[in-house]
Amino acid sequence: MSEVLDRVSEVLDQSNERRMGHGGQEVIGVSRIDGPIVIVEGAGNVGYDEVVEVIDAQGQRRRGRVLEVGENTAAVQVFGGTTGLSIDGTRVRFLGQPLRIPVAEEMLGRVFDSMGQPIDGGPMPLTDRHADVNGQPINPTARVYPRDYIQTGISAIDGMNTLLRGQKLPLFSGSGMTHDQLAAQIVRQATLGVPAGQRGSEGASATSTEQFAIVFCAMGVKHDVAAYFRESFSQSGALTRVAMFLNLADDPPVERLVTPRSALTLAEFLAFERQMHVLVVLTDMTNYGEALRQISNVRGEVPSRKGYPGYLYSDLASMYERTGRIRTSEGSITQIPILTMPNDDITHPMPDLTGYITEGQIVLSRDLMQQGVYPPISVLPSLSRLMKDGIGEGRTRADHSHWSAQLYASYAHVQNVRSLASVIGEEELSTVDQQYLAFGGSFEREFVSQGLTENRTIDETLDIGWRLLSMLPKEELTRVSEGEIKKYYREAHAAH
Amino acid sequence: MSQQIGTVTWVNGPVVRSRGSRRVGMMELVEVGDEHLVGEVIGMQGDITTIQVYEETSGMQPGAPVFGTGLPLSVELGPGLLKSIFDGVQRPLPVIEMRTGSFISRGMHLTPLYRKDRWNFTPRAKEGDAVSGGTILGTVPETPALEHRIMVPPDLSGTLTWVAPEGQYTITEPIARLRIGSADDAGESREVELTMLQRWPVRKPRPYRSRLGQNIPLITGQRVLDSFFPLAKGGSGAIPGAFGSGKTVTQHSIAKWADAQVVVYIGCGERGNEMTEVLQDFPHLVDPRTNRPLMERTVLIANTSNMPVAAREASIYTGITIAEYFRDMGYHVALMADSTSRWAEALREISGRLEEMPAEEGFPAYLATRLAEFYERAGYVETLSGQSGSVSVVGAVSPPGGDFSEPVTQHTKRFIRCFWALDKALASARHFPSINWLDSYSEYIADVAGWWKEQVGQDWYALRNQAMEILNEENRLSQIVKLVGPDALPDEQRLPLETARLLREGFLQQSAMDDVDAFSTVQKQIQMLSLILHFHHRAQSIIKRGAPISMIHNLPIVITLIRMKSVVPNDQLEKLDGIRQDIDRQMDKLESEYA
Ligand SMILES: Nc1ncnc2c1ncn2[C@@H]1O[C@H](COP(=O)(O)OP(=O)(O)OP(=O)(O)O)[C@@H](O)[C@H]1O
Ligand SMILES: [Mg+2]
Repeated sequence: MSEVLDRVSEVLDQSNERRMGHGGQEVIGVSRIDGPIVIVEGAGNVGYDEVVEVIDAQGQRRRGRVLEVGENTAAVQVFGGTTGLSIDGTRVRFLGQPLRIPVAEEMLGRVFDSMGQPIDGGPMPLTDRHADVNGQPINPTARVYPRDYIQTGISAIDGMNTLLRGQKLPLFSGSGMTHDQLAAQIVRQATLGVPAGQRGSEGASATSTEQFAIVFCAMGVKHDVAAYFRESFSQSGALTRVAMFLNLADDPPVERLVTPRSALTLAEFLAFERQMHVLVVLTDMTNYGEALRQISNVRGEVPSRKGYPGYLYSDLASMYERTGRIRTSEGSITQIPILTMPNDDITHPMPDLTGYITEGQIVLSRDLMQQGVYPPISVLPSLSRLMKDGIGEGRTRADHSHWSAQLYASYAHVQNVRSLASVIGEEELSTVDQQYLAFGGSFEREFVSQGLTENRTIDETLDIGWRLLSMLPKEELTRVSEGEIKKYYREAHAAH
Repeated sequence: MSQQIGTVTWVNGPVVRSRGSRRVGMMELVEVGDEHLVGEVIGMQGDITTIQVYEETSGMQPGAPVFGTGLPLSVELGPGLLKSIFDGVQRPLPVIEMRTGSFISRGMHLTPLYRKDRWNFTPRAKEGDAVSGGTILGTVPETPALEHRIMVPPDLSGTLTWVAPEGQYTITEPIARLRIGSADDAGESREVELTMLQRWPVRKPRPYRSRLGQNIPLITGQRVLDSFFPLAKGGSGAIPGAFGSGKTVTQHSIAKWADAQVVVYIGCGERGNEMTEVLQDFPHLVDPRTNRPLMERTVLIANTSNMPVAAREASIYTGITIAEYFRDMGYHVALMADSTSRWAEALREISGRLEEMPAEEGFPAYLATRLAEFYERAGYVETLSGQSGSVSVVGAVSPPGGDFSEPVTQHTKRFIRCFWALDKALASARHFPSINWLDSYSEYIADVAGWWKEQVGQDWYALRNQAMEILNEENRLSQIVKLVGPDALPDEQRLPLETARLLREGFLQQSAMDDVDAFSTVQKQIQMLSLILHFHHRAQSIIKRGAPISMIHNLPIVITLIRMKSVVPNDQLEKLDGIRQDIDRQMDKLESEYA
């Protein structure tokens, strides 16, 4: 197995070498500075996408990347921003290779900047392995379809939107909402799921086993958000299993374009060469999108929607698709990107294109949050596309799929009843519809809502669901089978 | 074979410019750089050539050589296509995996079809036969599900001077020799060797004799499609919808259950896992018509969202050319493209890098033309050899924000005749397939009605229209109900609400994940429909006699009708007769109470 991996990395290294013609020529010839972009003239043999070092008059270095190259000119995007650069005093060194970062198991427990440089005061990780941050597309024939579910202990996820190992499932939230708490709780509580009724020994926190790793990537978020996650990892004793890549709100925005790529490069190494189960948290992708839009606008590219470049979809896919499982490794990458939707608008290009790429989404609702529901997961617009393959007999429980379909259908009907009630008044509703109203309220308060540290087993989750479904007359439950009704429906409840 | 025609002067992502020879052809296939990355000429001005490169260009430098091939971008056609999975420019992904492991690296030169396999060729033509493009020379049992017919390439005709005897041949060994030109005029005649392997430029539709009418439905086993919004064989349809509304699941279902002999599935800029799912499921799923694994009739093209964008643009053409090739053998082919929006975005991305003048939302002005050219390649035709074959095309559309007023959806609508509008609200309520019955349409309904009558023996057209009327009525009434509640309606008007619920939950909803429900034969569809309408008519007359709607609503048969889809398998339709008797028994009883 590792032989194959060695071969893969060999190929990776070879192709990198092939791309790098020259050692590192230095050019003085900045002809224009435009926002974060520098136009360099007089450079020969510059490769598309290669890394540069921009050295200012004081000898300070910052990294950049070639965005476009002509015979004599190159457009360079400067990650650190161009503040303080002058046309005369700036030198540019072309490094002749794409951006690479060191990758090593020892990077767990450490904190890095966007380029993989340690910022925790510790030494550079000792390794001779460096990997291109752009990665390479996984061959669809090499993938293994995800099937193992992750128990998060959160009913609205485990029951209704089950997360699988190797899935990419974003949180769509809004500013000021409780997405950080939810993401931290998922990470804390995530264990490899076991079938209902089985309190497996594997049920030990996944974060405590050697096979588990967390890669946390912050893009443009405040210090306290990063600190909150750090504290949360530390409380659960997982800090030594976490690698953090930080680009915070006061760090140069352009660097954000690299941060998630660096994080995913380490994740790929850990998952596919060190056989680990890696959970990647990316927050906040909306800030990433903003940085991309800024670069695109400065370059005068033709915008598509809301000023975002036409290639936003492909660009996001080049990161989100770095998830999954492959045949040559036991490991996996599971991604939980967090997005704050501008104006809570799910049709905004960032959540929209994300939803088109990821394997479902968990949508948080401001309404629920204001009603005091935590986690404020709005189940109807939420979805886990891979759920169907990770649940059922032998995985969770045989009735799980019908059970969730029924909860969805019944809760969807609650929405109709609520709007009818708002017109004609609750008293005018039919008896059945009144039962629906009661069901809806309980569903939100008892099923969706749970404590910040409450970790429910799949049994508990399924159980609460059946208890709530039993508030409705049997005849309404057409998504579950007659056998399932016999087995799980509680007559007593309906009588009340 | 390739000769240097210029040197690179500019690189911007997948777009490269080179300076040099003026003798390069537009759309010619070229190779760029020392790694010979494959690209295609998409523009020429003076001695400057613009090239779209099908691979990652990272590290590419001005000064790098560009080589010409003299050929347009083409696909290889011949035995070995079925059961394969290719990237957008027909590179075999399993071979790439063997060469470079789990990740796709660039600069790999691989032949699309495996050269060493030997195929059992049985001649059908013989020495001395006068043949022309499309004539079938012989056959190869490519898979147990499909006989591959080896044809004379479309642009050749003449007299066969030799045909190989039955035997095992590779695709590059000669299986016939053809003298082109007339026998008496010896000076102009020449002889060519024919192999089972042929090439065809992807951007050029393959020729046929004539177009035929489209009046046979493509049966998909999906009730809402076949019974309400049918696609005709050789027709074209679009399935637009917001993310997560069910485009891919619907297309997978069609690819699984459609009564086509060959399925070409193009994953165009979508998820890797979705292609893996097909690769893992199809070899195990059995085609109900041939009893063979579905994979044996399937060709997959996978250019996922993280693979090079120019190859994504090409993938659609690669797929449809392969589809036409099987059509030319006299087969019915169904082609799925998921998603045409990602293809349109590839056009936009390339166009943007060329700094072309954008039209709507940054798309190039030629978007509509390209879409038209693609959908025009669907059709039911008389092939060059006089058989009939078809390519039916279903394109997924992914409108930003789920808003159908955007350019790709709008232009697509002009070129298709079947529109399956997915509805986010239905999907949220887990009504699947979330095809909105009020916004969708099919222009083939009247055309295929005759087929139903002949083949299924029932008046599908009338049943379908009655059901649609009830659904429309429900829509009208529900506006009132929203304002005043259902109790304000007289019972006679509440019946359509009941029946519409049966139609929605018992008929239109169909779970792709349920073994029994995933696929319905036309017999099952029409019987289910007629049962629900039978219920409606009986209830109607009982209500007229004064029975309250609540009595109807509480009949046990209501639940039976909702559950029948997943309780009655396709091969036990006699159970539906039992349900009909139950309807009558329960209705008779009610009726007697209100006599
Ligand atoms: N016929 C069906 N039966 C059961 N479930 C379905 C059906 N159609 C869709 N679904 C559900 O909807 C989910 C999303 O469907 P699908 O992946 O086809 O959406 P999509 O429109 O292709 O989205 P995207 O544009 O993001 O690719 C599926 O994962 C499945 O849970
Ligand atoms: Mg899809």
